Amino acid sequence: MSTADDQSVGMDYLESFPRKFLRVYLPLGLIIFLLLFPFYWMAIATFKPDAEMYDYERYNPFWIVHPTLEHIKKLFFDTDYPLWMWNTVIVSVSSTFISLFASVCAAYAIERLRYKGSRYIGLAIFLGYLVPPSILFIPLAAIVFQLGLFDGNLALILTYPTFLIPFCTWLLMGYFRTIPYELEECALIDGATRIQILTKITLPLSLPGVISAGIFAFTLSWNEFIYALTFISSSENKTIPVGAITELVNGDVYHWGALMAAALTGSVPVVILYSFFVEYYVSAMTGAVKE
Amino acid sequence: MAVMAEPVAAHVKRSSLWTRAFESRNFLGAMFMVPAIAILILFLAYPLALGFWLGMTDAKIGGAGRYIGFQNFVSLSKDSVFWLSVFNTIFYTVAASAVKFAIGLYLALLLNERLPFKSIVRAIVLLPFVVPTVLSAIAFWWIYDSQFSIISWVLLKAGLITHYIDFLGDPWNARWSVVAANIWRGVPFVAITLLAGLQTISPSLYEAANLDGATNLQRFRHITLPMLSPIIAVVMTFSVLMTFTDFQLIYTITRGGPINATHLMATLSFQRAITGGNLGEGAAISNAMIPFLVAAILLSFFGLQRSRWQQGGRD
Repeated sequence: MSTADDQSVGMDYLESFPRKFLRVYLPLGLIIFLLLFPFYWMAIATFKPDAEMYDYERYNPFWIVHPTLEHIKKLFFDTDYPLWMWNTVIVSVSSTFISLFASVCAAYAIERLRYKGSRYIGLAIFLGYLVPPSILFIPLAAIVFQLGLFDGNLALILTYPTFLIPFCTWLLMGYFRTIPYELEECALIDGATRIQILTKITLPLSLPGVISAGIFAFTLSWNEFIYALTFISSSENKTIPVGAITELVNGDVYHWGALMAAALTGSVPVVILYSFFVEYYVSAMTGAVKE
Repeated sequence: MAVMAEPVAAHVKRSSLWTRAFESRNFLGAMFMVPAIAILILFLAYPLALGFWLGMTDAKIGGAGRYIGFQNFVSLSKDSVFWLSVFNTIFYTVAASAVKFAIGLYLALLLNERLPFKSIVRAIVLLPFVVPTVLSAIAFWWIYDSQFSIISWVLLKAGLITHYIDFLGDPWNARWSVVAANIWRGVPFVAITLLAGLQTISPSLYEAANLDGATNLQRFRHITLPMLSPIIAVVMTFSVLMTFTDFQLIYTITRGGPINATHLMATLSFQRAITGGNLGEGAAISNAMIPFLVAAILLSFFGLQRSRWQQGGRD
């Protein structure tokens, strides 16, 4: 007992290392291995020459003997991949900013202006969050076509906010609620307008919430598939997920190397962004559920 | 509230109608709501209503349809592929959600232990949820390949099987394969959100239970589960919603094959409406998903109500 670590919490020190290894580290390690394996497999296939990829007898499938950039080269120079990447960036960034702007205004109005019926509007927006894209895409396709937006970035930029705004508004309402009323009252007495209060007090104080909502919204739009698949037809207008699935498979010929390269390079930007803002991402994800 | 705001605006200075309008919270509130409401009405509420209407027409791509009442639903009710997709959707949702919950809760409990590099471990665990589903599904597609599957190769080398498993060619193999891919993607979400719930449980409860001589199992049964139940209800409702309406995984890995064995209602409606051009019929299939979704939402709503009441909160 006297050897107990001072840092230990509760009765942790009663547990020997081998026991904790079996109870915690081993299962945790196994689960993490399973969660990460597909990424390893994706990465290894990206840099593996075709000769090794389709020959498990002579080469160990888990390793690369002669790494190659051939697949990435093919992807970048023989397909429209750079355009898909560009479209994905444009669409994700624009729809995220549009949604953030609309959501900040809406959340502020619902939480702080408390106009007549704001509670009901708030609830309606939350219900909008529960409407899945897979039941909206058919009528939306008809609308997009009528508006003449079909097969263009604008079709996606305008439709992605339908699932981003409800989410961001709901999350921001939670953040705005934590800011004390007194701050706003002081500003009102000093003669500030509502817009000044929003931009000079509420927004700076809830910056973490805005970043969380923005990061999450960005990854959601980067991942979006069904709208992009339905509303876009020409290769040069596609986003990465849609382009990879539809353009890199010629009939029965799967270009596995290029497909994997697209999967890897298409994931890297989101993962980098995520790694810088993990805390914000997690708080957006859990915040939306907890409210 | 509005009554309070009016006199202030009127007395402080005699200002124009325009400035006074900006002092009124109802007017200002309405102005603030314009961007969000405009987008949501045009691209969410209107399509939702249009979807109901389309489901009752024989609309084709490129042509306005006629109203045909419930004919789409009548023909669907005689369509064995539709019923197969209903079965697949329910099987997919129930199997994947149950396992996601079990593994997710277990993983959350593991992550709640004292661990070195805890935040890095948590960040890594969440990766499958962050990476675009379609792109990770491509990796699964390759893992399930009939000739070059790494799972088959390992099992073969270990002497557990004698020939390669046909993951995506056999109906039940294909169903379990896509369920496994869905579990892989969904576990991190369940685990991390439940972990957030676990961290809000006060350690003093466990200390008190320890003093009373409670076993590990008793502490889990009588403290962890009851304290976690509100968040479990919400997380699982979201998880069920996402699984039930899943499209990306199936479309990428199997496209509904082999012989429609993995078609979900969402992929079937896409196939009928967009690939086949029968917008009306596809919309009818989408509409058939709504009763299930409403059931899930009501479950969540009452789950939330109960949690608020337990915590003594308002609203």
